[in-house]
Amino acid sequence: MKVREIQDVLSARIICGEEFSDREVFSACGSDMMSDVLAYVKEQAVLLSGLVNPQVVRTAEMMDMQCIVFVRGKQPDDSIVSLARERDIVLMTTDLPMFASCGMLYEKGLRGGAIR
Amino acid sequence: MSLIELHYDVPGDDFTRAGEASGSVKAQLKKLGFDPGVIRNVVIALYEGEINMVIHAGGGEIDVSIDPDQIRMVLRDHGPGIPDVALAMQEGYSTAPDNVRALGFGAGMGLPNIKKYTDEMRIDTEIGVGTTMYLRVDVKN
Repeated sequence: MKVREIQDVLSARIICGEEFSDREVFSACGSDMMSDVLAYVKEQAVLLSGLVNPQVVRTAEMMDMQCIVFVRGKQPDDSIVSLARERDIVLMTTDLPMFASCGMLYEKGLRGGAIR
Repeated sequence: MSLIELHYDVPGDDFTRAGEASGSVKAQLKKLGFDPGVIRNVVIALYEGEINMVIHAGGGEIDVSIDPDQIRMVLRDHGPGIPDVALAMQEGYSTAPDNVRALGFGAGMGLPNIKKYTDEMRIDTEIGVGTTMYLRVDVKN
C-alpha cells in the first residue's frame, strides 16, 4: 500500500514528507509503547501511535519505518517535525482513534509484522 | 585496533535527546555499507541501552568498535546498579516510574529486546557504583 493510500483511507493530513507519498508500505504496527515497536521486525512499515514525542520518530528511525500516523488528531510540535524531516520520515495525523485506524488499514489489506 | 571506534557521552537530563548516539551510529554503519539487518540489530540494542541510561542512570558513556565481521558496544553508567539482573531480564519486569511509561518506555522490554537483537550480551553491575553492558553483533555472511 502506498503512503498516499494510507492518507486516503484514514482521511489523514500529511504534516511533512508529502514528496514521499509514493512510497510502498508493506506492514503496519500500532502501539503507544515504543519498546513493543522495537520488538517488531518487518521492514518498510507504517507506525500508528497516539504518543507524541521525539522518541516516536527515533524509534521509527531505528526500525527503518517509512511513515508515522498520529491517531486521535494528535499534533506533533516543531521539534518532532524537524526530526522527521531530517530523517525523510512521513508524518501524518488522523482524527480517527487507534482501533478504527488499524481496522480500516487491515480491511484494505495491510497486515502486521512478526514479533521477533 | 578496530576499523572505527566511536565514543559518545549520553546526557542524563534530557529525554528528548535520548537516541542521538544510536542515530549517529546508524548513519556511520550505513555509510560503511553494512547490511540493513545488521544495522537494525545494532541500533535497536544500542537505542534501548541508551534509553535505559537516561531513564535509570542519569546518563553515561557509549563506546562502539566497528570491524568488518562484528560490532562491539560498551555502555557504561554510574547509576544505582541492577539489584537482580535475572529479574530485570524478564519480559514485562520494570522499575521505571509512571512518567517514563507515559513517554512510551518502561514496559520491561528493554533488556529482553537487547538480548534478542545481539549475539552476546554481558552485564556487570554493582549497587551504588553503576552498570556496564557489553554487547556484540556478528556480521553473518
